[in-house]
This record gives sequence, C-alpha cells and structure tokens, in this order.
Amino acid sequence: MLNQFLLLGAILFCVGVYGVLAKRSAVLVLMSVELILNAVNINLLAFGALAGDVTGAVFALFVIAVAAAEVGVGLAIVLAIYRNSHSVDLNDVDTMKG
Amino acid sequence: MLDHAWIIPLFPAASFVIILLFGRRLPSKGSEVGIAAVGIAFALALVTNVSWFGHVNDAEHAAGATEEHASAVVDQPAGAPGEAAAVAQEGEGTPAVEGEGGEQHAEEEADASVAPVTKEVTWFENGGVDISVGMLLDGPAVMMLFVVTLVSLLVHVYSTDYVAGDRRYTHFFAFLSLFTASMLGLVLAKTTLQLLVLWELVGVCSFVLIGHWWEEKPNSDAALKAFLTNRVGDVGLIVGVVTLFWAAGGTFDIVEINTRAVEGGIGQTALLVAAVSLLAAVMSKSGQFILHTWLPDAMAGPTPVSALIHAATMVVAGIYMVGRMYGVFFQGFHIGVSSVNALAVVGGITVIGGAGLAFVQNDIKKVLAYSTVSQLGYMVMALGVGAWTAAFFHLFTHAFFKACLFLGSGSVSHAVHSFDMRQDMGGLRRWMPHTYRTFIVATVALIGIFPLAGFWSKDEILAGASQLGGGDLNYRGFLIVGLVGAFMTAAYMTRVVYLTFFGDFRGHGHPHESGPRIVVPLYILAGLAVVAGFANVPEALAPESLALRFEHYYEPIGSYFPGELPAFSHPEFSLGVALTATLIGLAGIGLAYLWYWREAGPHGITQRSTVARAGYTVLANKYYFDHLYTDIIAGGIKGPVARGVYWINQNVIDGIVDGAGRLSTAVGRFVYTHIDQQVVDGTVIGSAAAAQRGGQAARQLTSGKVQQYGALLFGAVAVFAGVLIIFI
Repeated sequence: MLNQFLLLGAILFCVGVYGVLAKRSAVLVLMSVELILNAVNINLLAFGALAGDVTGAVFALFVIAVAAAEVGVGLAIVLAIYRNSHSVDLNDVDTMKG
Repeated sequence: MLDHAWIIPLFPAASFVIILLFGRRLPSKGSEVGIAAVGIAFALALVTNVSWFGHVNDAEHAAGATEEHASAVVDQPAGAPGEAAAVAQEGEGTPAVEGEGGEQHAEEEADASVAPVTKEVTWFENGGVDISVGMLLDGPAVMMLFVVTLVSLLVHVYSTDYVAGDRRYTHFFAFLSLFTASMLGLVLAKTTLQLLVLWELVGVCSFVLIGHWWEEKPNSDAALKAFLTNRVGDVGLIVGVVTLFWAAGGTFDIVEINTRAVEGGIGQTALLVAAVSLLAAVMSKSGQFILHTWLPDAMAGPTPVSALIHAATMVVAGIYMVGRMYGVFFQGFHIGVSSVNALAVVGGITVIGGAGLAFVQNDIKKVLAYSTVSQLGYMVMALGVGAWTAAFFHLFTHAFFKACLFLGSGSVSHAVHSFDMRQDMGGLRRWMPHTYRTFIVATVALIGIFPLAGFWSKDEILAGASQLGGGDLNYRGFLIVGLVGAFMTAAYMTRVVYLTFFGDFRGHGHPHESGPRIVVPLYILAGLAVVAGFANVPEALAPESLALRFEHYYEPIGSYFPGELPAFSHPEFSLGVALTATLIGLAGIGLAYLWYWREAGPHGITQRSTVARAGYTVLANKYYFDHLYTDIIAGGIKGPVARGVYWINQNVIDGIVDGAGRLSTAVGRFVYTHIDQQVVDGTVIGSAAAAQRGGQAARQLTSGKVQQYGALLFGAVAVFAGVLIIFI
C-alpha cells in the first residue's frame, strides 16, 4: 500500500520539478512548486498513516498553510515583475546575469 | 724586585703617553716626565741588579754542597793551567775549559741551577695554541736593563740641552721614552712572538727619531732607508720565529725553544734554517754586512738618538736576540765544534769592512757609525766563535764608550754647528777641554788600551777566537780578523781625534764648551768606560772573588742555554793575545800619529797612485753597496717589474675586468630574455589569464535565469541524494 503512495508522491514531485525547470511562465512555475509541496504532503501522510500517528497529518496541514502563504508572496512578486516588464516569462527576468 | 721587574718598561711607556697627551702644557714641555720615568726605571734596574746578584749567590750556596762531588769526577782529565788551552783536545771537544780545574767547574755546575725569573699571562688562545706574553728575567736581561736605562737616562738629560728649542721638542722626548720602553720590553720578552713585536716597535721608534727633522729630504730618506732595510731582516726574523714555532712543537717560549735545541729535540735542518733566517734579522738590525747601509745614514737623526741607537737600544737588539736564541745558533751552526760558520763570517767581514769605511768619512758621526758597525761585527763574531760572554761583555763596555763618543761628537757639533771634521773642526781641545778629555778616554777605551774597558772585552773576544771551536785551527782565522780590526780601529779613531781636536781650527766663529747637561753625562760615561772593563777581569789577573764577575752573574747557564754542554766553554786569559792586541792598537795609533801629526808617510798617494785611488774610490763609495741596492737591485727590478706589472695589468687584470663585464652582460641578457620575460612575466601574465578564463567560465553560470539556477540546485540535490543512497 505504502509503495503506491510513495510512487504517486515521486511522480508528482518529478512533474513538479519538471514544471519548475521547464515552464517559462512564472505562474506555471508557482503551480509546479505547489505540486512538489503536495508530493511531500502525500509522503508525510503516507508515512504518518503507516506509523499510526497523527504527526504526519499535522505536518501536512502545516505545509499546506505555508504553501498558501508562499503562493501569496510568490504571486505578489510575479505581479510586481509583470508590472515592471509586462511579461511573466522567466527568461526575461535576468537582471542578475553576471 | 725580581718578580716585578716587568714594571720597568711600563714607566717609559706611560711617559710616552703622558708626554704625547700633556707634554706641551708642562713647564719643561714634557722632558721632565721622560727624565723622571727613565730615572725611576734606572733606579729599579739597579735594584733588580742587586737582587739578581743575591739570587745568583743564593742559588750557588744551595747547589754548592751537592755539586762538589760531581765536579770532582768530571775533573779527572784536567791538564795544567793554560797548557790545556793550547793543546787542542779535538776528541773531547772541550779544549779550553779544563784549564782551571775544579774551581771553575764547581762554579759552572752551581750556576746551572740559577733559574731565570719568569712570569707569564695568556694573551689569547687560538686553535689550542696558547699565545702568552711574559717576562724572562735572567742574567743578560738584568744586564741590559741596567745598560739601557743608564744610557737612556743620560741621553735624556743630554737632550734637554741638545735639542732645546727644537720645534718638536715634546715629540722628541715622547719617542725617546717609547724607544726606551720598547727596548726594555724586548729585553724582558719571554716569547719569540713578543720579541718580534717589540723588535718591530724598536724599528718604528728608530724610524721616527732618525727622521726627526723630516723637513729636509735626506733625513726622511735616511729614516725610510733604515726602516726598509730593517724590513728585509724582519722577514728573516718572522721566518725564523715561525720555523722555530713548528720545529719546537708549537711553542713561542724562548726557554723552551732553546732547551729543545740544546737537547737535540729539534732537527738539524730546522735549526739551520731558523739560524740563517735569524741571522738575516741580525744583519739588518745590528748593521752587519751586507745590510749595514742604513746605519751610517741613520746619522741624519739628532745626535742623542744616534747615541741611543748605537749604544743601548736599536742595534744591540740583534746581538741580544742572538744571545737569547743562542741554543738555536749554537746547534744550528755547530759553533762548538766547527772552525768557521756563517755567524762568525758575517761578523768578521763586518769588522774589517766597517773599519775600512771609517777611514774615508769626513763626517765625525759617520766615522763613529762605521766604528759601531765594526764593533758590532766583533760581537757577532764573538757569538759566532762561541764566546757568548765575551760578546755580551763587549756589548756592555761598548755601550758606555760608544755612547760617550757619540755624545761627545754631539757636543762638538753643538759648538761648531757642523759634523764635517775637515772643514769645520780642528784644534777644538783648546775651547772644549771637557769634551776633549772624555772623548780621548772613550777613544782609548774603544781602541782597547790597558786598562780601559775595551781592552778587557776585546781581549776576551780575541781569546775566544784563538781558543774555541773545533778542528786544528779552532777559530784562529777570526783571531787575525780581530787583530786587523783592532789595528784599523786604532788608526781611524786617532784620525778622528786629530781632525777634531788637534791642528788649527778651520771653522767659523768661536766654539765654546757645552753646558753641564751635556758635559756631566760625558764624564759619567767616560768614567764607566774606564771602569766597566773590570767587571770581567780574567781569573789570571785578579783574586777569585773579583774575577769574572760579569760571567758569573750575567751568563744564563741553565737547561735552555748551551752552557751545560761540554762543547760550550770559556776562553782563558792569554797574555800573548792581550799583548799582541795592545801592541797592534798602539801601532795603529802610532802610525796615525806619524801620518797626521808628523805628516810622515806617502801623503797624497791617492792622487799619485792608481791603485790607492781606486781603493779610496771604493771606500768613498762604501763598497758600492748603495749603488748595488738602489741602482742595480732596485733599478734592475723596477723596470722589468713595472713592465711585467703593466703587461699583467693590461692583459690579465683588464682581461679579467673586461671578461667579467662581458660575462655579466651576457648573463643579464639571458636573464632578461629567458627568466624575466618568460618565466617571471609568464607567471604573472599566465596567472592573470587563468583568472580571466576562470572568471569567464564562472560568468557563464551566472546567467540570471532562475530556472537554470533551480536546475543546478535540483541536479546537485539529486547527485547528493544518489550518493546518500548508494554509499550510506
């Protein structure tokens, strides 16, 4: 039973990572980050259920709360970028280029 | 006092410093300091002498009892007195000493235990060799202390008048003090190294004093000549000292070197080399042929200095050195058993050569200078034939009458303002009675007429030459040399007296007798010239307690001195030799008297006879030694040497310099192109380029693309995760 959860988590994580690295839109990157966080949540819940403990579920709830805050901040940054450069394409955001 | 005799030289040495520093501000311009210091030294020397007599007597009493037996055994072969000397006992090698029998043996054996008083401090150590300085106080040293301080004191007093008002009066007295101090130090020197140093110091002082009036070129030339000629001999001294140092097993100690030499601890070759080297030193210092040329020229110095040099300090240093190292000479030259040796030959040549030159000089001081050369020849000859005591006795008596003669000539020149006997003197006995009387006494003493000092000492030398040595001849050849020398001495001294004090006055003005400060030393020295000879009256002529006192007290018989060897012996008084010498001396006087007073003989022969003129020319040119040295040796060496040096300069030295320049240019170029340009610059540029390329590469990473950063982040995490899983 545990393996399926872990596998799901891993797949979700990989999809998330792919999204973070490959998507050009900042919004999609934020969404992919959500996928990664949820992959982690699945793992937490799975291990929590396996151990018969609520700590995992509590921790998952905590992650969801932090993720909500993170998305708030992230979208605010994206909005600020959009206002400056009229684009959410991450390739255009390269002012830190060395 | 014997233990503290080393302070005697310190007084004149301190006086030198004081005079130099404060002399000009003192009321008598420093002369009082010098006189006081030398006076104290003289008083201490007298005390030392008295103590030494006591020391010898004590040692004799202590040893006397035990030695009686030994001497009785030794005396078995003793012949009749006097006869034994004539019969040469070649086989035993002890021809002379047997004559007097037991008494003399007992005395000698007893003397053997007279230990010298020594004192020693380490100067420095180097490589395990202990270089020490110290005092060696024995018979000859005690005797020399007395002679040097006495003559020096009289010269000091005399000088206060003679150089009064001189522009370097203070300076003069300072160096008189240093001269005295150096000589006293040399006399007491315990090691050859010390001897060498003080020997040089004496030379320096003589240089300064001979050149006292250096403003005139001849004077400074004479000073330089004296100094440089002495350098030649000093090389010999250094070689001798070094040779002896190694030959004697690494010691500079005079007593030890002599002990080893006498006891056969040093190889014959080393001894011969050392003796010949030291002989060169004696030849230069004591004015022996062929290095005598500086001594007459040294007359350019003030007359008191001449007296000091000739009587007490400078020239007798050579004689003294031979006497001190007598073990080396005695063994090196086989003095005891040969009939001719280098030392005696040098002395013999000098006796005749110096006396011959004295005839043609018109400068009174130069006559006396050649006389000194001749008399020093006697001393060296005496040492050469083995008559050590006779040599030192002659040194002792000669110091008084020669100092008297020199000071007398100074007194004369003070009156007539010249040294030229032919042009500016003559008939001075009327004006200068005191100088005349003392000069006559000293002259007679020098000629050696009974009973003045020169008679006794010269007779002892002649007796030594006739009786000592080995073979059938002994040193008889040197007896003839000595007699001829005695004749010539008598003749040339009579000539000096005639030209100076008799006849008509040829100079200008009115000469006057000198003041008391000049006359009193003359009388003291003349008195000593009369009595000094009685210090060593032969046993045949005096009761035992008075005879041979000089030999008894001053001869350093000990383990280090050949006195213990059977081959070293003393000549007996010989009436025949003494009478012959006296008669020959009188004949010399008589002949000169006839020649000058009676105008007899072939006067003007030098104008008429070619042979006589040639002889005169040779003498007037001083055997051409100066020409030999200046023109032939110096001139002959100068040209080729200069050319050779120029060639070396042009080719070798310039070549080296040029080569070095070229080499450094090439090296510089190589360094510039290869090391500086390539290695150093390459390093700098390379590191800069490496940094730039590294920066370029690193710049590629910072693309500013967040996703690229993220990819690196995830990639790195993946790698680390893989490592974590695989390895842990």
